[in-house]
Parts: sequence; C-alpha cells; structure tokens
Amino acid sequence: MNPSRFDQNHFALLGLSPDFQIDLNQLDTARQRVQAVVHPDRFASAGPAQKRLALQWSTRIHEAYETLREPLKRATYLLTLKGFSVDAEQNTRMPLAFLEQQMEWREALEAARSAGEGARRVQLAELKEACAQAHQSGLERLTALLAQTTDEALAEAAAQVRALMFIEKFSEELR
Amino acid sequence: MALLQIAEPGQSTAPHQRRFAVGIDLGTTHSLVAAVRSGQPEVLPDLMGKGLLPSVVRYSAGLAPEVGYDALSAASEDPHNTIASVKRLMGRGLQDAQRLRVPYQIEASGQDGVVRIRTDAGVKSPVEVSADILRVLRLRAEEALGDSLVGAVITVPAYFDDAQRQATKDAAALAGLHVLRLLNEPTAAALAYGLESGREGLYAVYDLGGGTFDLSLLRLRQGVFEVVATGGDSELGGDDLDESIAEHWLAGWGMSRDALSAGEWRRLLSLARRLKEQLSDGGPQAKVSDVWSRDDGSRPLALLDAAGLAALAQPLLDRTLKVCEQAIHDARIERSDIEGVVLVGGSTRLLALRAAVTAFFGKAPHADIHPDEVVALGAALQASLLAGHRADGDDWLLLDVLPLSLGLETMGGLSEKVIPRNTPIPVARGQTFTTYQDGQTAMAIHVVQGERELVSECRSLARFELRGIPSMVAGAARIQVTFQVDADGLLSVLAEELSTGVSASVQVKPSYGLTDDQVAQMLQDAFSHAKDDLHARALREQQVELEQLLMGLGAALEQDGDLLSSSERNDLDEIMREARAICGGPDLEAIRAMLTGVSAASEPFAERRMDRAVATALRGHSIDQL
Repeated sequence: MNPSRFDQNHFALLGLSPDFQIDLNQLDTARQRVQAVVHPDRFASAGPAQKRLALQWSTRIHEAYETLREPLKRATYLLTLKGFSVDAEQNTRMPLAFLEQQMEWREALEAARSAGEGARRVQLAELKEACAQAHQSGLERLTALLAQTTDEALAEAAAQVRALMFIEKFSEELR
Repeated sequence: MALLQIAEPGQSTAPHQRRFAVGIDLGTTHSLVAAVRSGQPEVLPDLMGKGLLPSVVRYSAGLAPEVGYDALSAASEDPHNTIASVKRLMGRGLQDAQRLRVPYQIEASGQDGVVRIRTDAGVKSPVEVSADILRVLRLRAEEALGDSLVGAVITVPAYFDDAQRQATKDAAALAGLHVLRLLNEPTAAALAYGLESGREGLYAVYDLGGGTFDLSLLRLRQGVFEVVATGGDSELGGDDLDESIAEHWLAGWGMSRDALSAGEWRRLLSLARRLKEQLSDGGPQAKVSDVWSRDDGSRPLALLDAAGLAALAQPLLDRTLKVCEQAIHDARIERSDIEGVVLVGGSTRLLALRAAVTAFFGKAPHADIHPDEVVALGAALQASLLAGHRADGDDWLLLDVLPLSLGLETMGGLSEKVIPRNTPIPVARGQTFTTYQDGQTAMAIHVVQGERELVSECRSLARFELRGIPSMVAGAARIQVTFQVDADGLLSVLAEELSTGVSASVQVKPSYGLTDDQVAQMLQDAFSHAKDDLHARALREQQVELEQLLMGLGAALEQDGDLLSSSERNDLDEIMREARAICGGPDLEAIRAMLTGVSAASEPFAERRMDRAVATALRGHSIDQL
C-alpha cells in the first residue's frame, strides 16, 4: 500500500514541484479541485468516520494552500524542507546596512507623522515607494538564491526571508 | 389556471421519492423557510399564503406558545410574555442582555450564566424560544412538502461567534431539525444571486437586518464561492433606527423613555417602524404621520419626513460604512475592485441607505431579488445540494472563513491569537505553552474570541483545566493546544502535554451555551414526557442512518472495491451482512453499536478512496494544463 498523499509535503499534496517559483493559477486550480472532492459539504449525509476524514483533508488542503500562496511563507516552508530554519523569532540578527536602512525608514515615518497634512501625504507616499522597491528587489534576490543548491545560498536565503519579513511588517504600518 | 408541470427527461417527478431538505433564515425580526421544488428555490408560505413568519413568540400559562403574527399583535398588550428579537440574546450572557435593554424580565440561571426569560409559561432560554420558531417552520415545510425533512441549512450572520452559532445549532436540535450546515447569511444571498444570474468576480454583500449588520466580500469563480473577508456588528440593525426615531420624538415632546410603560414603548417603536417603511416607498420629499396611543388615552401625533429620517439614519449608516472600509482593508483590495454590491435585509430598503451605499462603492447596488427572501432562497439551494440533489451543471462549493480571531488567555489577561480572523475554514492550528511555576501540575485554559488584546474585551468561549501534568521545573512542560474549527465555524479544542501525552479534549460548549445534557433534557420535555415517542424517533433516526451508511458503502465498494485486498473485503462484507440483519430491528443500542462498528471497519477503505479521489481531481487539473 502506498503511503497516503495526506502525509506528503504541501507541494506534492497539491501536485506541484517543490520550487519557489510556482504558478499561482495552478495552485488556485489545484486547491479548488481537491476541495471540491474532500470538503465536508460533500459528505453531509455520510457516517461520522467519513465526516472526520473530510474535515481532516479539507483542513490539510487549506493549510498547504495558505502556506504556498504567500511568498515568504512558501520560502520559509521550502527552506525547512531543505533543512534550513528561518527561525524568525529566535534569530533577529541582521546585517548592519539593513538595520541602518530600517532606522532611516522609522525616522522618516516619525517625521511624516508629525508633519502637516500635505507634507505628510507626500512623505508617506515616498516612503511607501521606497519600501515597495526594497521588497521587490528583495524578492528577486530571494528567487535567485532559492534557485541555487549550495548551503551558503540557502543560508543567505533564510536571512533574506527574515529581512523581507521586517519590510512587510513595516509596510503594514504604512497602510 | 394551473399550469401542467413537465419534468426534464431523467428528472424525477415523484415528490415522495425525494428527500427534502430546506433552507431556513432564522432572522431577528422575521424568519422564513424555503425549498427547491422543480429545480427552483421558493419560499414556503403558511396557510394564509404568507411567507414571512415574525420571529415573535408569546407564552401563556398552560397553553402552547403562539408564534408569528398572532404573537406580534399581542406584543403591545402583553410585553412581558411576548419575546421578540430573541436572536440578539442567542449565546449571550446576562450582562449583554441587560445592555440590550429588552422589555421582558431576564435572569441568569445557575452557575452557567445563561440568560433566561421569565414568562407566564415558565422560564425560557433564548435557545428554547428560537426552537419554538424553528418548529413552526419545520411543520410548515413538512406540510407543504408532504414528507419529513432530511435536514436543514440554517443561516447565521457571518459575524456570529462560536457561542451564537452553537446556540443556533442547539435550537435546531430542539426543534427536531437535523442541521446539514450553518451557512453565513451573506454567502446564502450571493448563492441566490450567483446561480441565478451566472455572475463572476468580487462581490460585496451588504446585509442590514433588524438586529445585525454583516459585510462580506466574496469571490465567485468557476463554481467556487470563496469568502474573502467578513466584517460586521452583531448589535447593529434596523431596530436601532426605530429606537432613534422613537427617542427623537420623545425628545421633541420633552419626554423620557423611562417614564413610559413597556406597552407604550412597544407601540412607539412599531409606529416608528411603520412610518420608516412608508417613507422607503415614497420620494425624497415624502412626509408621513400617525398617532401614538398612550395608556392614559392621549394620542400625540408623530411626524417623520425623508430628510429627518436620513439624518437619524446617518450615524447608523456611518457605522456600517466603517465596517465596509475595514473589511476592504483586511482583504487588501481597493473599493474599485468590487464588481457589484448585493443588498440583503429589509432595512436596506431605506432610500438614504441606497444613496450612501452607491456613493461609497461608486456603483448602484443589486437588489433584484426580494431582500427579505434572498437569504432563505440561497439556503434552500445549498440544502438541496447537500441533500444530494444535483442537477446537471448545478455544482458549487462554498469556502468560508473564520469570522473572529480565536485566542487563548495568557499571563496578564492578554489574548494570544491562535487563529486570526478571515482564515479559511475548516482549519486546525496548534500553539505550545509552558508552565510558569516549578511543580505546576494543572493548567487552566481559557479560550476567547475577538480582535481585542485584552481578554476582558473578547468573548469568553470556554474554560477548562488540563490536570495531571507531570511535576517539572517551570518552563519544562510542553502543552500543545490545538484548535479545530469545522466547516460550520464551530470550535473544538484539544490540549496535550507533549512529553507525557496527558490530554484534555473539549467540544467547546460556550460559556453561555447549553450542555448536551441540557439539550437532551429539553428534547425530552418537548415530547411532554412521552418517552416512547422519543425512543421511537431515535430508533427511526438511527435505522435510517445505518441504512444510509450501508447504501453509501455498497456504492463505494462497487466503484472502488479494488482498493481492498480480498481478506479486507471479506471482513468488511461480513460486518455489513451483520449490520443488514439488525438494521430494521427494534434494538436501538445494537444499531448504535453497529453504526460505530461499520464506520470504524470501513475507515481504511474511506482513507484510500479519499487518496484516489484527490489524485483523480489533480489529474483532471494536469490534463487542463496541456
């Protein structure tokens, strides 16, 4: 008997190859097709064991989908599969240059908040733009690193994920 | 003239062969039941031809409760025994009820804090009152459809928390209804719209009922109804506007609400509602007036014009639009991404509301289906699908989200979020905690729901204790708490100490809910001590359930029998033979045991079938890619 697909990794579960660059349309379609056969609504008049199974499967598919849909969650998961931990909560050490830029942004945000209405809007827009650019180039760097197989590249990818998490958190404050 | 109905080839015309399932909209001000007949959802009317049933129940000593229009017309003369808007009390504690300022006498019962209402026919819980409404709808449906029901889809506001959902499910059980699914009202509305007009894209469903406001953002695509985000306020509705209007008049007359009798207040509110509804049918210049009958025989004249109504409605509309803004923000979309807005709920007939919604979303809302009926019609479509009546092309899937974040109380009275709101359900998530004192052997777990950081500002769902943790130094124990939310949005919690496997599991029976025993007791009472009836009913239910299980299993074996080895197949055949032998018999306990037995024996088979179904579904996907 083959091991259940249920226990396979998120990528295999949804029929995707374990890469950082995935086709999001394919991911959407895969989730929809699988939910269409496993969702508890398909077993409304089935026995309790079957219902429990449907609940577990549907939960499992959501978990896989939610993880793979977000680039940083996907990268974190992919790195875990390859034996690298992103460990964002424990490992908060960052390169000095990155920290300096973060400090600059924070100061700019404080300045914008205490500025007058018109100036605030302009400064916030500039900050958002800078943040979006850093995010974009960070993601490109991450994509390149994750296409490599060396330990050095993967360790750097993990650091890159942590940096991007900082940027996303900051962008959230700008919203 | 009656029209002859001609069925499509292949469709059954014999109604007695169908297993009917209904959709029920259990509303704050009124409720409806609908079913799919001849392929179309329709509201089932009462004997007088009325579809709406006022959600009002009047209790009198020694008499059966009156439900609906009769109870409604008695509301003014007998306010203490006439329960209206009970939906606002579902799953709520005494403090919530006092804040809502209901006209009847309420109390908290026992240690569980459940709200009860004192009436001449005894003390009633909100669950019992709701069950009395649901029972009337069930009987109406059975009468109209000529058969007993296999189940019902019951709608709830998307914003209902676990306690309110659980209370709704308890009420259904008490009314003798098998709940196929709790469905969010906005989703039901979108279902009615999406299917009937084949729309796709991102939709906002703006649902202002008597007592609740819900805003849901839904993505409709290829037969999947995905809830992207929901927001709302379970204590905001058209009733609040009636109160504002009444208070406005009182202020004009230099009177205070506290000086009124309960009956006078009721009459003033219903006057406010009536004039409000009249204005909704008139133009922007319309003016209406009517007299208010006071207890002392005086009859002050109350006036209302469209501009005045719009001004009174503004604070309420602003609150709803704030919720809209928050939901759009949460979903990370722009207002302009929204293809259309669907209006649900009687209160959306208000002219000022339509103008405000149009201005906010930049497009006129859809309102082609009757806003009072749209939820029940959508629920009926879902009920029909779940009962297995699938016509060609009639296939869709509803993917819902968790309406409010679930969390655990941690040190300092803070809520640690375990599952954030708007996470797709069903979902399971775990969190690991540890002890904070040396030798600590027990841990109290307090589950809360809500967005606030302080536990005291969230809704308390359940408290339970994990005992028997092995004595260790502080911080050494690893307690894994897993939340599982099912497709109805209902939570169960499992707590386990990882190094020893000590575990505690609870089906969350909310702090303000009823225990299973209490529900069973009420059911017993409802059968007026006729134990045989209850037994006969339980036996019939279990027989049907076992029959269904065997039938389903038989079909599954025919299709996927190759997934079992011949010895596995023989074992399964054997227990199925035993089950068939006792299935029609009178032994309730044996049938129950057999249900569990067959279910367990077929589990490995069910698992392998699921694997195969998933693989097949994904293969279909790769074919499309080529």
